[in-house]
Amino acid sequence: MNQHIVKAYDEELETLHRLIHQMGELTLEQIQKAMDSLVGRDEKLAHGVIEHDYEINHLETRIDELSIRILALRQPVASDLRTVVAALKIANQVERIADYASNIAKRTLMLTDYPPSLLMEDLSSLVKKPTEMLKKALLAFATYDVNLALRVWHMDREVDEQYNAYLLQLFDIMIASPQNISPSTHLLFAAKNIERIGDQSSNIAEAVYTMVMGKPFKESELS
Amino acid sequence: MNMTSKIDIKHLNLFYGDKQALFNVSLKIPAFQTTALIGPSGCGKSSFLRCLNRMNDIVPHARMEGKVLLDREDIYAPSVDVVELRTRVGMVFQKPNPFPRSIYENVAYGPRIHALFKRKSELDEIVEVSLKRAALWEEIKDRLHQPATRLSGGQQQRLCIARAIAVNPEVILMDEPCSALDPIATAKVEELIDELREKFTLIIVTHNLQQAARVSQQTAFFHSGYLVETGETGALFTMPQDEKTQGYITGRYG
Ligand SMILES: Nc1ncnc2c1ncn2[C@@H]1O[C@H](COP(=O)(O)OP(=O)(O)O)[C@@H](O)[C@H]1O
Ligand SMILES: [Mg+2]
Repeated sequence: MNQHIVKAYDEELETLHRLIHQMGELTLEQIQKAMDSLVGRDEKLAHGVIEHDYEINHLETRIDELSIRILALRQPVASDLRTVVAALKIANQVERIADYASNIAKRTLMLTDYPPSLLMEDLSSLVKKPTEMLKKALLAFATYDVNLALRVWHMDREVDEQYNAYLLQLFDIMIASPQNISPSTHLLFAAKNIERIGDQSSNIAEAVYTMVMGKPFKESELS
Repeated sequence: MNMTSKIDIKHLNLFYGDKQALFNVSLKIPAFQTTALIGPSGCGKSSFLRCLNRMNDIVPHARMEGKVLLDREDIYAPSVDVVELRTRVGMVFQKPNPFPRSIYENVAYGPRIHALFKRKSELDEIVEVSLKRAALWEEIKDRLHQPATRLSGGQQQRLCIARAIAVNPEVILMDEPCSALDPIATAKVEELIDELREKFTLIIVTHNLQQAARVSQQTAFFHSGYLVETGETGALFTMPQDEKTQGYITGRYG
């Protein structure tokens, strides 16, 4: 796309993209660390994740402020307007994803009281797809790639399937022994948070779709 | 969308001598809506506007091809009375241009020369209704016989709108009507434009893109004498279809 006649306007939109990128990178790191803490039973790491959540909240606030500033001072239209609106939505969705990472870290702190189990390790396979979705959704935003956004959106079904399969296993061991119920409940919440990362990433993909196409995302319109 | 076109412009070309100013422009102007014409300086907006009430007739060397249909009738047909046409299609200019007479006489002028009334009381009523429709009445009703030139710029522009309304036109053309006004006076004129839509069809040329977005229902983007894109205003400002439109409205290099 051509550059704006007013250079500061270009710089502001670039800053918006940079802040979203930064927020995304930090959030991906938080997810990774939360999972490592859970599987590695590392309380210190878990505390670190919980403590660093504020950084992401802070980035969201900065994105909100900058977006509102651009809306007020530049009165963006067309693709610029759609970019700012998408940035506002995406910052909110990434912030929620970071909350999920921090929730997972909180489960780590509760699970260290219980013996390790294979199901804990399975969570690190479960998180792969949602993490990939988030990475790709953010790349789709950075590159205005609507096809990539659609691919992300389609991946969410696979995440749901994996999540349901995992739940069945959890139920099996809960039924097998009442002692398993407490730790399994924590795993269940952790799994739910992982599944929500997929949902939110697919919302980001929808926001990218709307940004590029200029119309709301509708499942019925997908071919 | 089922809308009647008040004006239907077909394959319009305009030349000033050898120089072509408009190229094959076709556009439908919906009735009782405001259409905004936007585009860089010199792209032909004013020239286009002048074709709609035959103001180019008096421009030397100007030559037009194509058709302009007002209620499906060709305004360039030999049988058309140009003076009557200009009462049906009125015009408001960039700079407020009241006559150096009283407020009353400014509004009464059109009805007088077109003999639109029988009794003085009818003329008084036309003046009052026009000033009310132009949202000026309350401000000046006690000083109708003072010179119009004593009004503020914004009031003068609304007076010019009242003057255009007084002859009961069907269409009002406005060429950058707010470019000489401050933001408050501009807001008043914009509010007025929105109200006038009930009774008139409006076409406004504006350099202020936000103004086009605020006041119009249809926007037409001109570039170098070509009509590049026309669309519902909300759609054009959120998802323009043409690269040139996108570049212009977002303030990018073409
Ligand atoms: N009376 C005229 N005689 C010759 N050329 C004219 C005349 N009026 C306008 N033009 C030319 O026609 C083109 C369109 O001008 P205009 O309609 O005034 O554009 P806009 O209103 O979009 O700024 C310009 O190149 C301008 O120089
Ligand atoms: Mg002009």
